[in-house]
Amino acid sequence: MADPDLAIIGAGPAGMAAAVTAARAGLSVVVLDEQARPGGQIYRDVDRAGPEHGAILGADYMQGTTLTQALRSTPVAHIPGAVVWAIEDGFRLSYTIGDRSAQMTAPRLLLATGALERPMPIPGWPLPGVMTAGAAQILLKGSGVLANRAVLAGSGPLIYLVATQMVRAGVPPLALVETRTAGGDLIRAMRYLPGALRGWRGLAKGLGLLAQLRRAGVPRFTGATKLAVEGLDRAEALRFHAGGRDHRIACDTVLLHHGVVPNTQAARSLNVGHCWNAMQQAFVPVLDIWGGTDRPGVFIAGDGAGIGGAGVAEIAGRLAALQIAQEAGHLSKAERDAQAAPLRRARARELAIRSFLDTAYPPCPEALRPADNTLVCRCEEVTAGEIRRAAMLGCLGPNQAKSFTRAGMGPCQGRYCGLSVTALLAEATSQSPDTTGYARVRPPLKPVTLAELAAMDITTSQGDQDDRTDRHQPTHEQDRQA
Amino acid sequence: MPSQSPFSTLDAPDTLVPVRFDDADLMLPLGMNLAAALLAAGIDTFRLTPTSGAPRAPFCMMGACFDCLVAIDGVTRQACQQDVSEGMIITRPAGQTSDG
Repeated sequence: MADPDLAIIGAGPAGMAAAVTAARAGLSVVVLDEQARPGGQIYRDVDRAGPEHGAILGADYMQGTTLTQALRSTPVAHIPGAVVWAIEDGFRLSYTIGDRSAQMTAPRLLLATGALERPMPIPGWPLPGVMTAGAAQILLKGSGVLANRAVLAGSGPLIYLVATQMVRAGVPPLALVETRTAGGDLIRAMRYLPGALRGWRGLAKGLGLLAQLRRAGVPRFTGATKLAVEGLDRAEALRFHAGGRDHRIACDTVLLHHGVVPNTQAARSLNVGHCWNAMQQAFVPVLDIWGGTDRPGVFIAGDGAGIGGAGVAEIAGRLAALQIAQEAGHLSKAERDAQAAPLRRARARELAIRSFLDTAYPPCPEALRPADNTLVCRCEEVTAGEIRRAAMLGCLGPNQAKSFTRAGMGPCQGRYCGLSVTALLAEATSQSPDTTGYARVRPPLKPVTLAELAAMDITTSQGDQDDRTDRHQPTHEQDRQA
Repeated sequence: MPSQSPFSTLDAPDTLVPVRFDDADLMLPLGMNLAAALLAAGIDTFRLTPTSGAPRAPFCMMGACFDCLVAIDGVTRQACQQDVSEGMIITRPAGQTSDG
């Protein structure tokens, strides 16, 4: 196989839908994905979930098999276990697979790298026993592993979903500790209720989850403040203030969540323009109506383009693929627009509930403005106070703050402190997040060993390329047999 | 060091294989996500930070946070991005405290 017409990074709903749409339009497509099996985090390991797991995880999760089956039955080169660590002009992609590196070139690129949990710096959050709510879901989806004595803390519908899945699995959480206020946040959200009612299925699902949790007798606290994880070598309890008094819940696991944010690492490494989205309290890439960026040939779809959830991601993947197919000469503009029209209507329906959710479940305020002695950079162990002091010394942006404090210089490369550092600097310097900016992202996007580099498959002839591609194909077959 | 695990597992494992984690000899389900398998086996601390020596364990489970770093046969890897294979020798990334 020669260079593909389109390279897609990520095999979640956006990446899978885009791959299938583009391939059906006649493009040659390669999908590089870090995971061993397609699905992304939302549909992680959906193909391996039996009826028992399916009953626990729910119908929305099992819906993912529609996409994985479409991916398998379409001529797309899906390369699992591929960790992309550099994207250069052209676009040349460098990635690690197994114990060696490889490269490929594609004229068009779709980034479908999804979301990350919004960092939730509270006292004690780096302790063993503290994980994200998303991590709990991944443990359940991928490995059937559940936390026995867990408290879910933070904000957002995902907390209800994880709690309900734990109830169904017979291991209910000890408590839900919500930072949203049942009064203020919900009242502010009410003006978006008419829109949300257009997405009534989402609302009904949320109410259904709450009813299940009530029946299971899971205690719920709202308006919680002063959240802190207690413990010396591991989490032992969650402390918080709610309903006018202090609480302490002894537990083994604390699952934190207050929303997800776009994973912008790959896009930023390409210098794609981003802007601050105040409603989502996160940076999002600047995109046209097809998901095209300010870098010609680079597209973004899915939660990496702004949080919309799996349904929106799938539609956005298809829309980007239509535009890419048109640019590549496989569709006329009329064909593209005819196929896009119903997708745009479906996307509007899917997005109708977002403003309501974003307002009803705002991020936890004290985790957006952590106390001075709370760690914000987990890797280099830099506190919020150190970032504020760097601002007082004249640091206006994250790149300077990185030089002063090392925040963002560790192995996670700012994935779990970047937004905190920007927010802290913006507040301290009275500048907007846009002016403050974000730490520069450079390759390697993921660590690569010298041995993996030394084993790089540097192909110069067509024959070598054929050889390389053939070796990736069997995984596709193995998937089919599994 | 492996104690009563704070985690339980839904499915009975098919095949258990020996894996060594520091001084502990473990039997882990073949092919299971390594971080999940270690957590289910009662491993609390995956590594100590190079900066302060503070204990860390899996946080994000999706390859983004790097808190589950372990040395597998001498090479530093994210445990959440690996599967269990027979005879893995796992150590906590060593010799990286700031006082050397």
